[in-house]
Amino acid sequence: MKIPVSITINGRRFERDVEPRLLLVHFIRDVLGLTGTKVGCDTSQCGACTVLLDGVSAKSCTCLAVQADGASVTTIEGLAGGDGLHALQESFWNKHGLQCGFCTPGMIMASHELLRCNPEPSDDEIRHGLEGNLCRCTGYQNIVRAVRDAAAGGAA
Amino acid sequence: MSASTFGSGIRRREDPRLITGTAKYTDDIVLPGMLHAALVRSPYSHARIGGIDTSAAASAPGVVAVYTSADAEGEIAPAPCAWLLPNSALKIADYHCLAKDTVRYVGDIVAVVVAETPSQACDALDLIDVDYEPVDAVVRPKDAAAEGAPQLHAEIEGNQAFHWTVTGGGDIDEAFANAEVVVRETIVQQRLIPNAMEPRAAIASYVPATGELTLWNTTQNPHIVRFLCSLVNGVPEDKLRVIAPEVGGGFGSKIAVYPADFLTVFCSKKLGVPVKWVESRSENYQATTHGRDHVQEIELAATKDGRITGLRATVWAGMGAYLSTAAPGIPTILHGLMLSGVYDIPAIHEDVYGLYTNTTPVEAYRGAGRPEATFMVERLVDLLAAELGMDPVDVRRRNFIPKFDSGHDVVTGLTYDSGDYGGALAKLLGEAGYRDLRAEQAAARESGRYIGLGLSTYVEICGLGPSQVAGAIGFQGGLWESAILRFHPSGKVHVMIGASPHGQGEETTFAQIVAGELGVSPDDVKVIHGDTDNTPMGWGTYGSRTTAVGGAALAVAARKIRDKATIIAAHLLEAAVEDMEYDDGKFFVKGSPDSSKTIQDIALMANVAWNLPEGVEAGLEATSFYDPPNFVFPYGAHLAVVEVDPESGSVDLKRYVAVDDCGPQINPVIVEGQVHGGIVQGIGQALWEEGVYDDGGQLVTGTMLDYALPRADRLPDIEVHSTVTPSPHHPLGVKGIGEAGTIASTAAVYNAVIDALQPLGVGSVNMPLTPERVWRSIQDAQGRN
Repeated sequence: MKIPVSITINGRRFERDVEPRLLLVHFIRDVLGLTGTKVGCDTSQCGACTVLLDGVSAKSCTCLAVQADGASVTTIEGLAGGDGLHALQESFWNKHGLQCGFCTPGMIMASHELLRCNPEPSDDEIRHGLEGNLCRCTGYQNIVRAVRDAAAGGAA
Repeated sequence: MSASTFGSGIRRREDPRLITGTAKYTDDIVLPGMLHAALVRSPYSHARIGGIDTSAAASAPGVVAVYTSADAEGEIAPAPCAWLLPNSALKIADYHCLAKDTVRYVGDIVAVVVAETPSQACDALDLIDVDYEPVDAVVRPKDAAAEGAPQLHAEIEGNQAFHWTVTGGGDIDEAFANAEVVVRETIVQQRLIPNAMEPRAAIASYVPATGELTLWNTTQNPHIVRFLCSLVNGVPEDKLRVIAPEVGGGFGSKIAVYPADFLTVFCSKKLGVPVKWVESRSENYQATTHGRDHVQEIELAATKDGRITGLRATVWAGMGAYLSTAAPGIPTILHGLMLSGVYDIPAIHEDVYGLYTNTTPVEAYRGAGRPEATFMVERLVDLLAAELGMDPVDVRRRNFIPKFDSGHDVVTGLTYDSGDYGGALAKLLGEAGYRDLRAEQAAARESGRYIGLGLSTYVEICGLGPSQVAGAIGFQGGLWESAILRFHPSGKVHVMIGASPHGQGEETTFAQIVAGELGVSPDDVKVIHGDTDNTPMGWGTYGSRTTAVGGAALAVAARKIRDKATIIAAHLLEAAVEDMEYDDGKFFVKGSPDSSKTIQDIALMANVAWNLPEGVEAGLEATSFYDPPNFVFPYGAHLAVVEVDPESGSVDLKRYVAVDDCGPQINPVIVEGQVHGGIVQGIGQALWEEGVYDDGGQLVTGTMLDYALPRADRLPDIEVHSTVTPSPHHPLGVKGIGEAGTIASTAAVYNAVIDALQPLGVGSVNMPLTPERVWRSIQDAQGRN
């Protein structure tokens, strides 16, 4: 049995019939082909699938597509809202806040939430704010720099 | 000034696609008509297979095929081990891609299901009925060597995969017999799980009409995948194209070519349509290779004034149930040959026993053998200092190899290229404020606080390596790299390179090399890698070799271009070649720099070929194959400062200061990033990470919930410094930096914790140094049990 859902992603509404068990992350990736959002684990630890769900960050592997019916989702592809880069994307680039890039979309979306809640975080607050997102390459230091840099530029 | 981009921390060209979500990793690729494979993996660590009933799965919704070992008979060879360690009585057990009659670790593959969707394939896994008859398992390497231990492979007595020794210098027994001081330790280098953030994945697409097969694979070495797949799957190398698209980290776990890769190819060949396989993270924990897993019994002989006279060790290395692609070389060649470290040690002997155990195969993991060696040596040096009541700095200085710039032989048979170990330590002590820290430590102890300082002075072997050496040590491949550098008529450049970076930023680094050699803007250089159909042969990105060897190949190609361009420029300027000079992209007659030809002018003329000197071919393109004359040996000195809370046993890493020397830095920002990441992985080993099996061989740390990866909130900022000592034999003088941090940091943090605990009487604690372990060690030392 499939269930109809209507979910707005990056400003565009998508209406699809989905299996009740389909996770939001698989709806985004497999049904819509927006593969910027990543799947890095199966226990909601890594945060690679982080998106904005009605403006608030959510791990899209913890949410069923049917639960997101009627919601508005922003993924990494829609963060900048145009052709350019969002300030966080710029700062991750400027501060070498990524290496292999796999955790990066989720890390940027989680950083967006962090700055929304706390526009002027200390380094310590940045580190605590990102504890739900794992990166195996950078040791986090340049991610912290990137978020600090974006905050200084008023990315929130 | 384009030449100045060499050495500049320019932003990475890789990043725009990564920060916008437009990069395509293997799982992001969708092919028309693609089916999805899922694997039945053994839930038992050791069991006989009585029978397999696949009938219910075969008729499940969406299922196209189910295969077991009987279906693969004669069509798929065992997964090969490709490092045939000589003089070690190496015994390689067949690693069947589908288990034949016995499973030997949790995760061993029993069957594969191919279905129309990933969820249909997963659903069908539960319908396969496997009749397992569990038998006794053995999980710890030393237990596997014991008499009466369960035997994994009938044909391999005592579970012993190999026994390798290194002996160098003077008589080791004499050194210990005559020693004024001997210190001993048993170290458990716990099993680690690499955890590249991108799980492994493969897509195979076979076209029956042409016999051609394309494999997208998350790998560190696509050309090796092509080579081994051609042997295992019987697809000729000329009809097999392997593409490593965006690859999300590897750390050694994407060197091996796995049964799951071969099975994906097998399924596509059988069905004539594309087949995708993507592992879950839990599957990654079970079946993607692990690292370390040594038990090390070590001892050091010395004089009373702290001079080392001998090092002796016996190591039991757990290899897992089968030997992975490069596994035998890791705890031996890359470990035992490095036991002299940064010290002048006159006699060294090590026995390494590689043991089969009912666990996931063990492979290279960042550092691969060298962290295990550094830890041994740096631990022993600290034990010696403690025994003699000396400062660890002084013991190190007493034994350092003196500064050298063109080769130094150590007794294990290696020739280090260049180094100034005392210089790195001096810089570290100055940057860290070592004297003040010791004073702070003493004052803190007075007030009942336990601060510890831990040093690690390391040298590592990387830039693997001369191919002749590869042959001598049983590596079943070459270790050279190649590059093609091609100028287009407009002066833009394509680089096709065999190396296969996967997060290290070498598209940027390589462009900077070309810019430095030929005076073009790095923005005018496109770097193409990771596709066996449009890149020359490469032996892979591991062993910190991609910039060291691949970068050298590129520099040599650029110099060939410059030589040809000089000839063409001389012709155009009507001058003799020997009268020409080159500076930053311009060719001119000596003394007349105002009348010059740019590299772009030459590229146009070479491509249109209207007016070339006689005998000069059209085009401006060069190919080089660079086989290094020796390894390179980066080194450095690291210091960790910790505070231990004796009430809870928790360790607070307060500062971490690093001095690393990888020679001239092509892009210092990228170098710093590599140092950060490497150090944090080593800190993870010291403090948090451990792959745990219970006695029956169940993987207890089987998900990210259970395995403690480093998190942002657990770490201080790392203070990064460097010295610059060029390698004398490298065209650019550069050494590797990818693994250095990991090689150094575990020992630094461990030594710091033990230093902090010293007043409490704690001598050693097994890693990881969790609060519970530290607390218990304090209770034991204080006689509170």
